[in-house]
Amino acid sequence: MHDEILLDVKNLSKSFILSRSLGDVINGRHPQVDAVNDINFTLKRGETIGVVGESGCGKTTLGRMLLKLIEPTSGSIDFGGEDISTLDRTDELAFRRRAQLVFQNPFDALNPHFTIRRSIYEPLVNTQVPEEQHDQLVADALVRVQMDRMLHLLDSYPHQLSGGQLQRVVLARALVLKPDFIVADEPVSMLDVSVRAGILNVLREVRDTMGLAAVFISHDLALVRYVCERTITMYMGSVVEDGPTKDVINRPLHPYTRALVQAVPVPNVIQSHEPLALTGNLPDARNPPPGCRFSDRCPLAEDICRQSRPPLRTVEQNRRVACFKVPEMTAGTA
Amino acid sequence: MPQAIEPMGTASTDQTAAALLPHLATAPRRSGLIAMLGRAGNAFWRVPRESNYAKVGLIIYLIFALTAIFADQLVHYEPLEILFADNYQLRRNLPPTTDHWLGTSYSGRDIYSQLVMGTRSALAVGLTAAICVVAIGTLVGLVAGYFGGWIDNLLMRLADIALGIPFLPFVIVLASFMGAAQSNVVLGIALLLWPNSARVIRSQVMSLRERAFIEAARVTGAGKWRILFVHIAPNVLALSFLYTSVAVGWAILTEASVSFLGFGPSDTVSWGYMLQDAYASQALGRGQYNWFIPPGLCIVFVVMAGFFISRGYEEVLFPKLKG
Repeated sequence: MHDEILLDVKNLSKSFILSRSLGDVINGRHPQVDAVNDINFTLKRGETIGVVGESGCGKTTLGRMLLKLIEPTSGSIDFGGEDISTLDRTDELAFRRRAQLVFQNPFDALNPHFTIRRSIYEPLVNTQVPEEQHDQLVADALVRVQMDRMLHLLDSYPHQLSGGQLQRVVLARALVLKPDFIVADEPVSMLDVSVRAGILNVLREVRDTMGLAAVFISHDLALVRYVCERTITMYMGSVVEDGPTKDVINRPLHPYTRALVQAVPVPNVIQSHEPLALTGNLPDARNPPPGCRFSDRCPLAEDICRQSRPPLRTVEQNRRVACFKVPEMTAGTA
Repeated sequence: MPQAIEPMGTASTDQTAAALLPHLATAPRRSGLIAMLGRAGNAFWRVPRESNYAKVGLIIYLIFALTAIFADQLVHYEPLEILFADNYQLRRNLPPTTDHWLGTSYSGRDIYSQLVMGTRSALAVGLTAAICVVAIGTLVGLVAGYFGGWIDNLLMRLADIALGIPFLPFVIVLASFMGAAQSNVVLGIALLLWPNSARVIRSQVMSLRERAFIEAARVTGAGKWRILFVHIAPNVLALSFLYTSVAVGWAILTEASVSFLGFGPSDTVSWGYMLQDAYASQALGRGQYNWFIPPGLCIVFVVMAGFFISRGYEEVLFPKLKG
């Protein structure tokens, strides 16, 4: 089931135009932030990809574009062979039925004026699923998120529920349409550690039983390692590394991924490299450094890194990386 | 093109799901318009339950409302009837007696009956104007706040214009051009008072628009009108109520001012009309406090009641403001 390509992202970019200051007007500048910069990847049916990177690297913008919540500046997203930017209303509803979002903050993701029941039924109403199917689909979704023993909560309002319960509701709402693709944007980062495992297990089980393709957006490598087969690392809007999760975490190639892996206290990760200390903060997104965007923080940067941007190239089977220094590194550490 | 969704899952989950079905089916059906109104009603009653200000305001409103409803039973005379004594003498400027509880006016009319009948027109003007004001304001606020861009710009510039027009002169000009009728006073109030509520509701909508649950509505396929009226509107309804209670007071005050200045309808008795009549007949000079104090007090009470209710709303809905 892993062969058919479900999602094909080509040259996807998104720039946000910033408001111009007086100085910008005088100097004729049009400031903008390239939140997502020329991203290419494919997602196969049933595959789960983790997108990691620090705050502001464009991962949330990417997720929103995949779900047609933000229009890309350029590039295309093909979902099931169709370009999602050109869907008419009918096709858009069909797309909405197949692609869903799980939110980061469950306390904000449910309408405070809707009962839990209404929130879960709402997607079925919106996408015009025949009414006689509603109860069946809702029952399925409730079982999937293990809420079948919490039916009494259905007529409560969101403020009466705990974070873990709310996140199950958010999940149930995303799954009630039986989508074949979900974007989970930091699905557990707002939850107590004690309920994270429960939600993550639901996510994993759903992935396995429903054959769901998913993009997990996270800064938490532990989560990605737990649920994703493949991992993409993003830095300042660009993909810097892409490969099977196991390899990316155990043997990161890009210096930024190495720094990420070592920054997260994950038990059992075999750290075969010397710690790679990063200096400085994320550069100003309005004036990214020329050349490789990571060059000003990269301990390995050389002149070439500061002059031209490294392309994302395939270095091993299934692994892509955007760094001029990689061949040397793999030779040195492998 | 409703499209069926194939059930899909393992045998065990299907079984559990099937066991759930009866519970879903017997549970109360998901909400429609009635449930929404019910919730709005709950929110409405929560305020007087929790705030004494609102309780007092609501009781004042209730007294005036009952007076207006049963005005026909409460009056002793036709309010505009000119009364004569048995000796064909005009019963003018009488002090309060058992027959005329508040005395009579210069032209021999029963003041108590005028006061009672005036309640009816005051509340009629106040409520219709307030509902018009808030309906326009809420609609404009919702649309401007949600769609933004040129629509927002257009509507907000209209609001600026409406705010820039001097209020009372506009209502007077409107009343004198289109005829001195209460409906024209209501129209004038509705045309000029909506920007206040529109601006507040717009800002509320602009902040709601960015919330995750609105994004959730979009990603689950809700259209823009559904998002606006089903997902956002219930969240600003409380604000609309708040502005209604303020607008009632404003409308009554305006109607009284217009009538007092002599631009009101002459065939309908209102408190403003009474004040104007008293003023023109030099009741103040004669010390006929029984004539002009009661309608003045009534206006004060109704406006105050609106203020109390809005104050109570503020306490309950925005507890942080209490300081």
